[in-house]
Amino acid sequence: MSDAVDVQSWVCPLPLRNSPNVVMGHGGGGAMSAELIEHLFLPAFGPAADAAMGDSAVLEVAGVRLAFSTDSYVVKPIVFPGGTIGDLAVNGTVNDLAMAGAQPMVLSTAFILEEGTALDELALVAQAIGTAALAAGVRLVTGDTKVVDAGHGDGVYVNTAGIGIVDARADIRPQRAAVGDVVIASGDIGVHGVAVMSCRDGLEFGTTVTSDTAALNGLVAAMIDTGVDVHALRDPTRGGVAATLNEIAKTAGVGIAVDERLLPIPAEVRDACGLLGLDPLYVANEGKLIAFVPSDGAERVLAAMREHPLGARSVVIGSCVAEHPGIVVARTGLGGNRVVDLPIGEQLPRIC
Amino acid sequence: MCLAVPGRILRVEDRDGTLMSVVDFGGVQKEVCLQYVPDADVGEYVVVHVGFAIQRLDEESAMRTLAEFEHLGVLAEEFGDGFEIAARQAGVTS
Amino acid sequence: MKYLDEFSDPDLAAKLIAEIKAITTRRWAIMEVCGGQTHSIIRHGIDQLLPEQIEMIHGPGCPVCVTPLEIIDKALDIAARPGVVFCSFGDMLRVPGSDEDLFGIKSRGGDVRVVYSPLDALTIAKANPDKQVVFFGIGFETTAPANAMTVFQAKRQGVENFSLLVSHVLVPPAVAAIMESPVCRVQAFLAAGHVCSVMGTDEYPPLCERYRVPIVVTGFEPLDILEGIRRTVAQLESGRHELENAYTRAVCAEGNPAAKRMLADVFEVTDRAWRGIGTIPSSGWRLSPAYRDYDAEHRFSVTGIHTEESKVCRSGEVLQGLIKPHECEAFGGQCTPRNPLGATMVSSEGACAAYYLYRRLEVTSV
Repeated sequence: MSDAVDVQSWVCPLPLRNSPNVVMGHGGGGAMSAELIEHLFLPAFGPAADAAMGDSAVLEVAGVRLAFSTDSYVVKPIVFPGGTIGDLAVNGTVNDLAMAGAQPMVLSTAFILEEGTALDELALVAQAIGTAALAAGVRLVTGDTKVVDAGHGDGVYVNTAGIGIVDARADIRPQRAAVGDVVIASGDIGVHGVAVMSCRDGLEFGTTVTSDTAALNGLVAAMIDTGVDVHALRDPTRGGVAATLNEIAKTAGVGIAVDERLLPIPAEVRDACGLLGLDPLYVANEGKLIAFVPSDGAERVLAAMREHPLGARSVVIGSCVAEHPGIVVARTGLGGNRVVDLPIGEQLPRIC
Repeated sequence: MCLAVPGRILRVEDRDGTLMSVVDFGGVQKEVCLQYVPDADVGEYVVVHVGFAIQRLDEESAMRTLAEFEHLGVLAEEFGDGFEIAARQAGVTS
Repeated sequence: MKYLDEFSDPDLAAKLIAEIKAITTRRWAIMEVCGGQTHSIIRHGIDQLLPEQIEMIHGPGCPVCVTPLEIIDKALDIAARPGVVFCSFGDMLRVPGSDEDLFGIKSRGGDVRVVYSPLDALTIAKANPDKQVVFFGIGFETTAPANAMTVFQAKRQGVENFSLLVSHVLVPPAVAAIMESPVCRVQAFLAAGHVCSVMGTDEYPPLCERYRVPIVVTGFEPLDILEGIRRTVAQLESGRHELENAYTRAVCAEGNPAAKRMLADVFEVTDRAWRGIGTIPSSGWRLSPAYRDYDAEHRFSVTGIHTEESKVCRSGEVLQGLIKPHECEAFGGQCTPRNPLGATMVSSEGACAAYYLYRRLEVTSV
C-alpha cells in the first residue's frame, strides 16, 4: 500500500533538510536520525509499523513480557582502546534489553564482511563477542554471514538482535519519567567517544582513556531488586547524555534540569573535548546508563548502584521538573543557564 | 576563530626541517608544530591552535591575573556600599 | 587543564560579576568580536548574569558565518570532483552553500574529510600522490599562520598534489566597517584574544582614536570574558577610549614575529566579501604570487557558479548587531539549526543559533 514516500508534502513543522540523499548526520543519533525515522521510515512502513519505535520493543507473548531489540555496529576503527566492535555488538544489544528491565536470553549475530579483511582481525572480533556474551550471561543462538566487495563496508559490520524476559516487577518505559524524578548517571561520561576518537584518522591524540563498554544487565537487576519502582532507563550511546535526556524529556513531556557541577566528567575526557572543541554531554558512552527514579526511592537505588562494580561512581545529576516540558536545561558552573539541545548530526571538532 | 588551548611541551624534535613537539594537555597528548615559537623549551607552556603553537603562555602573568581577581571586592568590603563609587572615581581601584 | 580550569572558577566569577554590577550606571552596548567568545558567553550563561544594562552584541568574528557564499560554492564544486580529497575543519561541513553543504557532497560520493590541523591535509596529500588534495583554508588571523606554514611546507617539499582554497578575513577592517555603519550601536569592543596572540595589538589604538571606542583584548574562559567586560565598562563609565590588554598571559603588544613574517611571505591583502555584510576593502588575505601555484582557485578553474542567498535570510543585519535574531521573520520557523537558511544559524556560536537555543526558553534560574 505504500507508494513512494512524498517528500514534498510531509506535514511537519521541521521538514527534513533539502537533501535527497542520506547523509552522515542521519546516523548520528540526534535530531536528523529521529527525523529520518519519523518522516521517512514510519510513513513508508505504513500501518504495519508500531508508532512508538524505541530502542527495544516489549511484547506480551503467552502471558510473558519479552523485550526484543536490534542494533547494528559500524564503528571505525574496529579495534580501539578498551575494546572492539565485537564487545559493542554484544553489550549494546544486551543493554537495550536491560533498559527495558529485561534479562537477556539470546542473541543473533549477523556479519557483513568486506572482502580482503584479515581473518586474524575477524577472529579477534569473534572472540570478543564470545567473551562479552559469557560475561553478560546471554547465549549466541543464530547468525548470518555475508561478504561484500572490497571497497565497501569498512572491514566488519555487525548486527545483533536480542530477546530477553522483562522482570515481572519492572515497568520501565521512557514515558514513565515524571516530574519530581531524580536523574542518576551510573558513572563517568564521555569515555567511549573519546577513546574511539583518539585513534580516528586525522584526529589522533594520545590519551589513557579506554572505552567503557560493558553489559549493564547485572546493574539493572540490582536496581530492580531494591523494590523501587524505577521509571525509566536509557543508555546514552550516540549523541551522548544530551541525546538521552532530550529523548526522555520529549517522550515523557517533562522538563529536565541538570547541574553541570554534578556531571561526572573525568579530567582526561574534559581535556580531550577541550582540545577538539567538543561538549562531553554529546560524546558517546557504552557502559553507562541514565536512570529516572521517583524521589522517595532514589537513595536506595543509588546505594544499590554504588555497590555494583559498574555503578560504583553513580551520581545524581539532576531532576525532572514541571517547567519547560520537553526541554533540558543545565545550570552552568557560573550559575547561568543553558539549554542542552538535541544534537543535530555528528559532533564535529571545531576551530572556533 | 579562536579555539586555542594551553599545553606543556613534553619533547621537541626536528621533522623534515620543521620543529615539531609533543604537547601535553592535562593528560591528552598531541603533536604540535613549534616553528612559530622556536625557543620554547621542554616544560614550558604554549597556546595551541589547530596543531600549531601560536604563542607562549606567560605563566607569571596568569598567576598575577588570578591574584588580581582574588583581590577584587576587597575594596568594596573596606569602604562599604555608599563609598564604592566615590572610591572608584577617585581612582583608588585594585 | 592547567591555565584553563582556574579561569572558570565560579567564586572569582561571582566577584567579577559583582564588580561589574557595582560600576555600571548606564546602558552600554559592547560587541565581542570573536565567535569563540560568543560561544563561551552562551555556553556559560554569562550574559544572563551581567547587569541588564549591559547588552552584548555578537560580532562577525565567526569565520563560518562570514566565509563568502561564492567561496563555499567553489568549495562544493571542487569537493564534488572525482580524484579530489577535500579536507576541512569540522566547522565548515554544515555551512549551506547556494544548494547544499559539504555533507551533501560527501553523501554523493565526494571524498570529504575532517581534519584537526591543515598539516594533516598535507600528510594525506603525501600519502595519496594520485589524488588532488585541497584544504579549505578559512579563518581569521589566528588560523592563518597554520595555513601559511602548511602551504610553505608543501612548496618546500614539492608536494604538487596539494592546494589551498583560501578565504582569510581580518579583524581590524571589520571593526572599522562596523563603526562606519550609520546605524551602528556598538560603543566598545572586546578584541579577539588569539588573533592578537598572533598579530599583537598595534592595529587597535588607531581604531580607538578614530571611532572613540574602548577596545579591550579579551580571552575566552569565563573569567577572561568577565574581566574584559569589566575593564570595558570601567572605560565607558569614565569616558575613556583606549586599547587595553586583559589577556596578558597569551598576548603581548608585538604578537608573534615569526608568524607575522610567514604571513607576510605567504599571503597578501585583498578585498574580501563577508557573507551577510558585503565587501570590506583590504579585509582579507589571499595567497601571494610566489604561492599562486598552490592556490586551489587557480588550479581548479571553477566556473558557472551561481550564488544565491536565501532571500529571507537576514544574517548580515544580525552580524552587524542591527537586529536581534528573533526579530527576523524566518527565525525559529523556516530557519532553525537543523534547517539553516544562513550561516549564523549553522555555526554553533552564530548569534542566531545561540538565540535559538537559549531564547526559546526564558529561564532566569534553575
